[in-house]
Amino acid sequence: MIATPATIECENLVHSFGSNRALDGTSFTVYPGEIFGLLGPNGAGKTTTIRILATLLPPDSGIARVAGRDVRHDAMMVRRLLGYVPQQLSADASLTGYENVWLFARLYDVPRAERKDRIQEALVTMGIADSADRMVSTYSGGMVRRLEMAQALVNRPRVLILDEPTVGLDPVARAGVWERVRSLRDELDMTVLLTTHYMEEADALCDRVAMMHRGTIRALGTTDALKAELGADATLDDVFRHFTGDLLDDQGSFRDVRTARRTARRLG
Amino acid sequence: MSALHAAPLAASAEATPLPSSWHILLSRVLTLCLAELRKVRHDQTELYTRALQPVLWLLIYGETFNKLRAIPTGNIPYLAYLAPGIMAQSALFIAIFYGIQIIWERDAGVLAKLMATPTPRSALVAGKAFASGIRATSQVVVVLILSAILGISLDWNPLHLLAALFLVVIGSAFFCMFSVSLAGLVLKRDRLMGIGQAITMPLFFASNALYPTRLMPGWLQSISTVNPLSYEVDGLRGVLLGTPSNVWLDFTVLAVALVVGVTVASALLPRLAR
Repeated sequence: MIATPATIECENLVHSFGSNRALDGTSFTVYPGEIFGLLGPNGAGKTTTIRILATLLPPDSGIARVAGRDVRHDAMMVRRLLGYVPQQLSADASLTGYENVWLFARLYDVPRAERKDRIQEALVTMGIADSADRMVSTYSGGMVRRLEMAQALVNRPRVLILDEPTVGLDPVARAGVWERVRSLRDELDMTVLLTTHYMEEADALCDRVAMMHRGTIRALGTTDALKAELGADATLDDVFRHFTGDLLDDQGSFRDVRTARRTARRLG
Repeated sequence: MSALHAAPLAASAEATPLPSSWHILLSRVLTLCLAELRKVRHDQTELYTRALQPVLWLLIYGETFNKLRAIPTGNIPYLAYLAPGIMAQSALFIAIFYGIQIIWERDAGVLAKLMATPTPRSALVAGKAFASGIRATSQVVVVLILSAILGISLDWNPLHLLAALFLVVIGSAFFCMFSVSLAGLVLKRDRLMGIGQAITMPLFFASNALYPTRLMPGWLQSISTVNPLSYEVDGLRGVLLGTPSNVWLDFTVLAVALVVGVTVASALLPRLAR
């Protein structure tokens, strides 16, 4: 039916916010069963790319496809294939964990007969089944993040899109999220696209990474191959500096503070 | 983990047959309404605190002006004249803040996540309209209870009460859509807060909620005739007090305004997710 085996294809994506060109010809392909990382500092265009793939933002030019379907012309179908977890902790604090997943099960047309089992499955997979009946306002940051992944998983999506999945989480919660993402890929064969500005996260999780800088992809490959290009002891940080001439943690600390504060207010 | 392992997970999202677009729209609106009801069930303090405003208006402003007899309302006591106005006003004041709520949901990532699901934009805004309608219902109940306590003579015919409830709910749903549309235009919370305050008071005072429009200067009267709140209050007085009103015209104006409101708000919603 569809000739291409690729799960995600981006061809020459361009998008500007006013005079600021957020994406300047971004192209990459993600294959089934991969954990693919978009790596770069805040403002590199990672979130813009993800918003285009999640059908939230039409590109100015270029083509983006999910499972062969154009995100602009076939948006409703693309939405059925995706699970999307935004950067902010965005579960509904005025509902219980179970109700949050229930809401998304209904929004994704999970058949009534399967709904209960699928919700339970998603909660168990993410390790929050025991807290499902508690209000989300009592959850820790790591639990909220896992709950949001459960919300996305209840649809059994082809592709899981995670925007900065561990920003603002403590090291234990971060490791917990990594472990779940890995098991989704290993045990369920899911394709995962994530963004991160943590080199260690890309190193620990991703099969392949694309290094983004100022709206374009400067380097793309497996983490090992990219490091090998530079020499025996190279780290991903070195690779990034080599291809962009820039430091990864240069900018954007203000945005992290704002995000963390917002989260604190929401869950407070 | 093992429970999921057995399921052919990746293939199943496509396997679900595509429901028709009408089915999707209705099912999504129902879903969002159910979620809203659950939120209210978890925390009712909001409903109680909101009851305070209409109570204060009727008890302080209403009782005082009732004694003053400053406003000519014919053979109807001023308190009775005022009660439908306060019903509409207290629902309006709640509805107008849904625009701020949706901007807050945008900032928190909630909106983007909902918009990435296969849910029509019109269903998302209709869910907000319904949420505003629930709050409006509780305000109607509060004003009715208070009216009974104060001995205000309303028409207690259950059909008329239902008609009144219906008027307030669609009126409130319209103002909610109006507010969400403004949010889609201005995109920033602080801007919308300024605009919300600058709009709510004129909507209220340039209407028939507190006094008959024939007391107003001509220019203000013409503003009042294009103000949906005036139609809402006029309809409410018609069904609750039996005053000469054009109830069917009032219903029609509010219903048309609501349809236009939902259309405009859903067209502007994607601007918020960008």
